[in-house]
Amino acid sequence: MRRDRLTFGMIIGIPVVQLMLFGYAINGDPKHLPTAVLLADSSQYGRSMLSALKNSDYFHFVRKLHNEAEAETALARGEVQFIVTIPENFSRSLLRGDKPTILIEADATDPSATGNAIASLRTLLASALQHDLKGPLGFLAGSDGPINLRVHARYNPEGISQYNIVPGLMGVVLTMTMVMITGLAITRERERGTMENLLSMPTRPLEVLLGKIIPYIFVGYIQAGLILTAARFLFHVPMAGSIPLLLLVASVFIAANLAMGITFSTLAKNQLQAVQMTFFFFLPSLLLSGFMFPFRGMPDWAQVIGELLPLTHFLRIIRGILLKGNGFEEVILQLWQIVLFAVVVLTIGVKRYRKTLD
Amino acid sequence: MTDNVVIDVRGMTKRFGALTAVNGIDLQVRQGEVYGFLGPNGSGKTTFIRMLCGLLAADAGEGTCLDFDVIRESESIKRQVGYMTQRFSFYEDLSIIENLDFVARMYGVSNRRAAVHESIERLGLAGRQKQLAGELSGGWKQRLALAACLIHNPRLLLLDEPTAGVDPKARRDFWEQIHELAGQGLTFLISTHYMDEAERCDRLAYLSYGNLLTSGTAAEVIAGAQLTTWLASGPNLQVIARQLRTKPGVGQAVAFGARLHVSGTEALRLEQAIAPFRTEPYSWQQINPGLEDVFIHLMGNSKDNYQA
Repeated sequence: MRRDRLTFGMIIGIPVVQLMLFGYAINGDPKHLPTAVLLADSSQYGRSMLSALKNSDYFHFVRKLHNEAEAETALARGEVQFIVTIPENFSRSLLRGDKPTILIEADATDPSATGNAIASLRTLLASALQHDLKGPLGFLAGSDGPINLRVHARYNPEGISQYNIVPGLMGVVLTMTMVMITGLAITRERERGTMENLLSMPTRPLEVLLGKIIPYIFVGYIQAGLILTAARFLFHVPMAGSIPLLLLVASVFIAANLAMGITFSTLAKNQLQAVQMTFFFFLPSLLLSGFMFPFRGMPDWAQVIGELLPLTHFLRIIRGILLKGNGFEEVILQLWQIVLFAVVVLTIGVKRYRKTLD
Repeated sequence: MTDNVVIDVRGMTKRFGALTAVNGIDLQVRQGEVYGFLGPNGSGKTTFIRMLCGLLAADAGEGTCLDFDVIRESESIKRQVGYMTQRFSFYEDLSIIENLDFVARMYGVSNRRAAVHESIERLGLAGRQKQLAGELSGGWKQRLALAACLIHNPRLLLLDEPTAGVDPKARRDFWEQIHELAGQGLTFLISTHYMDEAERCDRLAYLSYGNLLTSGTAAEVIAGAQLTTWLASGPNLQVIARQLRTKPGVGQAVAFGARLHVSGTEALRLEQAIAPFRTEPYSWQQINPGLEDVFIHLMGNSKDNYQA
């Protein structure tokens, strides 16, 4: 153990990391969810509604929208979790006793991220106008409230968690297996002695590393195909977007994970260490990417770490394509971050790849 | 430097921490020569060979290998060198033909298919080309390794203990092949522990603890040691060997089967030392020392620089 510091580090590191992640980072009841407002009636009553939402802690107003199209884009890109629409003539309808409708659209791709917030809405809005509707207006409060509330759970109206989990699983499985496969690649050559032979041949580091990565992209595709097929026929996950686009993005994501693995491989002294490193990468990927727990429920520091991980972005992409029907424009916003990750990691790998046996 | 010198290096040095594995070795090897590299385990043979083909970065030294700078142009050297590792280092889960094809691809051999086919024919691997490398016996693995080293038509072959763990017949075949290839102009640097193989080399170098102790043809090496050797035969040689070793003038008393070789660098004192033992039932005669006597002598005189 004294001579294998990494193993020792793992023994201490794993519980510490787990404690940090489960103790501080993970939160099943996400609050302060980014919300945008489409305010077509800027009356006193509309503002009362919004401040009531704000006071609930669930909604955090981040921007004002001007039209429906903007709202659609913001939701598709995942920039906001909710859009609150206060319609034109809200005040007038309210005062007439016509029960105006407030529309709340939620990005429900991950039902667990929005569930509690939506559940709190009804009581919230019922009491929102109590302060305003007093005296002569008191009659408006009525027994069933002064307004109608309509909630649109977009992208996953029935709140089926499989729709969220099964596509996400594709990313998780690829992360786990791809990092592991190449993680062993260079260390195995070293342990079997074939590295000496490989190094005595006129090969460049990038050639060797890419040679290890490219064939496994096809292995990754087999897994991706398997999961997509199951998603389609066993779980009936909607596939709103373009599957070819998804497969194209998947190849980038697979390559990024393979690059991560190969870089571990150049850092590890033996296969066991490579496996340990893989585990160390997989754990935060699983917990901080938004796969198991809502991304927006995590504190800022955990979100920053999560943003670095390719799985986080891939989850947004695959959920976006399958459930939201996103196209290339939305995808590219996440994709470049995976590409950047792959390039950085592979550069480290090439630098660390020793051309000699020293 | 004459133009038929293939390896010409000076002061090659490699340190691993406190240990100097190779200590300022000079070496010249001419084209078409079979150059033997001898020395006990850990004497720096493998390290030196690895430095030549760029697998290890030398800490000091200069010179050329195949007219390329041995320090700076190792990529060019690699293209024209075949290196056979001490431990079998091909892919055990690939077949013979797949391994050869892989190596040919790595060197970018033109007309690859023909090259692979030819090397299989030449080494008599034809019947086994589909067999997995991991299933081969030691002798066949060695043939495969040699075939792979030759596939890109190198000018220099560096063979690191190529015959370790190979049976005598395979060893003999192997050496016949080496000499045939050397006759075609290929140069060999071969490390070995076997004396009979050392005698098959055109020239030799003897290393111990990273130092080059002697080099030259077998005759030169033997003459250079200035050793006098007496051969004793008779019963219970171990007993007199033990007594002889304590006498001044006796460098070594080594059993060669049923005979005893007693050697020393000072002929006169050696003769005085053995004089009391020249009685019945022992018979004594002075002989020319062999390579093995010389190497045992060299080994005995060198100090382990790790313990120093």
